[in-house]
Amino acid sequence: MKPSQIALVVALAASLVAPFFAYPVFLMTALCFALFAGAFNLLLGYAGLMSFGHAMFFGMAAYFFGHVVKAWGLPPELGLLAGVLGAAALGLVTGALAIRRQGIYFAMITLAFAQMVYFLCVQMPFTHGEDGLQGIERRALLGGLIPITDDRVLYYVVLAIFLFGYFCIYRFIHSPFGQVLKAIRDNEPRAVSLGYEADRYKLLAFVLSAALSGLAGATKAMVLQFATLTDVSAGQSGEVVLMALVGGLGTITGPIVGAFIIITMQNYLASFGEFVLVIQGAIFVVIVMAFRKGLVGEIADWWKSRGKKAG
Amino acid sequence: MFDFLGISPPALFGQMLLGLINGAFYAMLSLGLAVIFGLLNVINFTHGAQYMMGAFAAWLLLGIFNVPFWAALVLAPIIVGLIGVAIERLMLKRIYHLDHLYGFLLTFGLSLVIEGMFRWQWGSSGAPYPSPIPGGYNLGFMFLPTYRGFVVVAALVICLVTWYAIERTRLGAYLRAATENPTLVRAFGINVPRLITITYGVGVGLAALAGVLAAPIQQVSALMGTNLVLVVFAVVVIGGMGSIMGSIVTGFGLGLIEGMTKVFYPPASNTVIFVVMALVLLVKPAGLFGQTK
Amino acid sequence: MSVPDMVEPLLKVAGLQAWYGESHVLHGIDFEIGRGELVTLLGRNGAGKTTTLRSIMGIVGKRTGSVKFEGRETVGQQSNIIARLGLAYCPEERGIFSSLNVEENLMLPPVVKPGGMSLEEIYKLFPNLLERRRSQGTKLSGGEQQMLAIGRILRTGASLLLLDEPTEGLAPVIVQRIGDIIRTLKERGFTILLVEQNFHFAATVADRHYVVEDGRVIDMVGKADVQQSLGKLQAYLGV
Repeated sequence: MKPSQIALVVALAASLVAPFFAYPVFLMTALCFALFAGAFNLLLGYAGLMSFGHAMFFGMAAYFFGHVVKAWGLPPELGLLAGVLGAAALGLVTGALAIRRQGIYFAMITLAFAQMVYFLCVQMPFTHGEDGLQGIERRALLGGLIPITDDRVLYYVVLAIFLFGYFCIYRFIHSPFGQVLKAIRDNEPRAVSLGYEADRYKLLAFVLSAALSGLAGATKAMVLQFATLTDVSAGQSGEVVLMALVGGLGTITGPIVGAFIIITMQNYLASFGEFVLVIQGAIFVVIVMAFRKGLVGEIADWWKSRGKKAG
Repeated sequence: MFDFLGISPPALFGQMLLGLINGAFYAMLSLGLAVIFGLLNVINFTHGAQYMMGAFAAWLLLGIFNVPFWAALVLAPIIVGLIGVAIERLMLKRIYHLDHLYGFLLTFGLSLVIEGMFRWQWGSSGAPYPSPIPGGYNLGFMFLPTYRGFVVVAALVICLVTWYAIERTRLGAYLRAATENPTLVRAFGINVPRLITITYGVGVGLAALAGVLAAPIQQVSALMGTNLVLVVFAVVVIGGMGSIMGSIVTGFGLGLIEGMTKVFYPPASNTVIFVVMALVLLVKPAGLFGQTK
Repeated sequence: MSVPDMVEPLLKVAGLQAWYGESHVLHGIDFEIGRGELVTLLGRNGAGKTTTLRSIMGIVGKRTGSVKFEGRETVGQQSNIIARLGLAYCPEERGIFSSLNVEENLMLPPVVKPGGMSLEEIYKLFPNLLERRRSQGTKLSGGEQQMLAIGRILRTGASLLLLDEPTEGLAPVIVQRIGDIIRTLKERGFTILLVEQNFHFAATVADRHYVVEDGRVIDMVGKADVQQSLGKLQAYLGV
């Protein structure tokens, strides 16, 4: 078997036994953000579009989940669905406008829209403003069959959601759609001359990325049982960029690695308060200056160069 | 006097003044951003943090060295401008050959570092800064605090001086030419890398100058920059970065629109600029004064 | 094949190689120009003529070999340093700045050495530029833009002018005008390196012609020998 396939099997096996070795809530949080980072990376690494406002999908979905479960008393499956659909709809509206510009302007527009969503969340009654939605109940899934109040049980549910999400990403990248998207990213004028409507493909990628981010956000609300303004903040948008960057853009596993690193770091540095920002910022700077391929990217490069030397 | 649509004149004009003041800062900051972007092709996310540093510099100069406002107006931009020069020389210069997004990410990271350090040291809550021209005039239809009137005038002067420097002077011609074709300008013997460094330093200094002007109006806090810069991005997208005068007009104009919204429909005042941005994107994506680059 | 002995050439290029990224464009350019001479680089499209000018000016990223101006090695220098030694470049695309008016375009290149023409003298040479001095640079016609591109490097005091295809795409009347201007400049003592595809034009102004093919100088024809060499020159240029 190829080394990457072996690594995949090992990782899967590890993920199955992980809750017996590590704090399940930590693992679940990391998985949610890994999915979020993967969704972001889908847009940037494969469509070449950097969104600096992805928190709006993540956070709104969390709010939608919370509202459906807590205020309407519905089962969590519907909450997740509400999160995904809500995020996708938001993605459709903002994406259609943002795609009108490219590159840096696109990033600024998504950032601005996310700020708008943030301000709306501050004011809208259903978000409960500064307090946020707290104490969202963990209702059992499948009509009572799967009780998720137990962290370990919930872990496997979250793992399933995570794997489903990544499966979607994987299938999308390797589909004809994904190939066209890559062609557009690499040479848009050429793709357009070949007859592809670039904007449609980009919008589709944007909506898919938004939907998966929504899935991550809703799942996070399910696990941590709250949805707050932090989830829709510019800081959250920046954080997911950092995760994807640290792990390696344009690699599938990069965002997962990046998310785990950043979540772990946040846990360890929680006592330092504001200093975490400084460290995050410093990591941004160091990566841009020296390690643009991210951890997975650099390791992959190093592995390849080893192969060349030996062969 | 009469009420206008149910709003009393002092409330109306008071908000208009506030709108003009906000607009003044939008104009000053989007001007700096536009100039830096034109030449460096970098969106200077750090602009907000540099604005904040200007305010803090004034506050620290007063608190530690008893340096009054008017001296801080000169010193703070120089200090922060020099920090900007260091940033450009040590970091920005090395990534010009990369995709522009990396510049965005780098300046974003720097803004986190700077803001994080200030928050860590001084917390998030604000500190007051005494107004250098206290008091005001009762104009009948409104009360005009003298300092606020000064800020609007000062901002206009700064914007117009910047416009003049860029559009009417020799150095401005160098800047405009280098924005268009830096390789050729360098082949004429002009040290374009140095021009870039100076431009960044001046743009940053301009942000810091705005920060000093802001200090007596709002609390000097580590968060004042980020809150502002995110709105300024929307302003910049609306105006397009093609024209200096365009940035100035857009900044002041949006400030007024925001002020008006606060009078007639307060819940939307936070988001109205973003709504305008959405509309502009629908109708003229390049921005009101922009050219598709 | 070169300048009369005992006089050091103003520009001496030896073994110049250049790359655009991975692409190896110049494989070894050798030629010289004496002070006051007008020398052309002839050759087909893609032969490397423009790249040679750009390499001398220091605009091409990677270059090796030797480029000596007034005896001073410049091959490793930055373009702004090279310009300040006394070289001036008039690019093929003319490079008129749209955000500057005509006079600003003229005044842009800084004076690098004494002895350049004054603004008044330049306006006397190009009266139509004086008329349009406040117009936006790019609003001028092709011919006027070419004159602007030539005019603005005359103020700098540069002694060696690099002109890249100044007659390209211009009407015959304007081509003649440019020929007159170039002859006038030569009379004033400027040294000129001219890249031209229009051989007939080049023959009317040049002292010597170098033929460039595939990034190498393969032949040199002096003014006196042009008539005899017409056949082989036409073969080189694929005319």
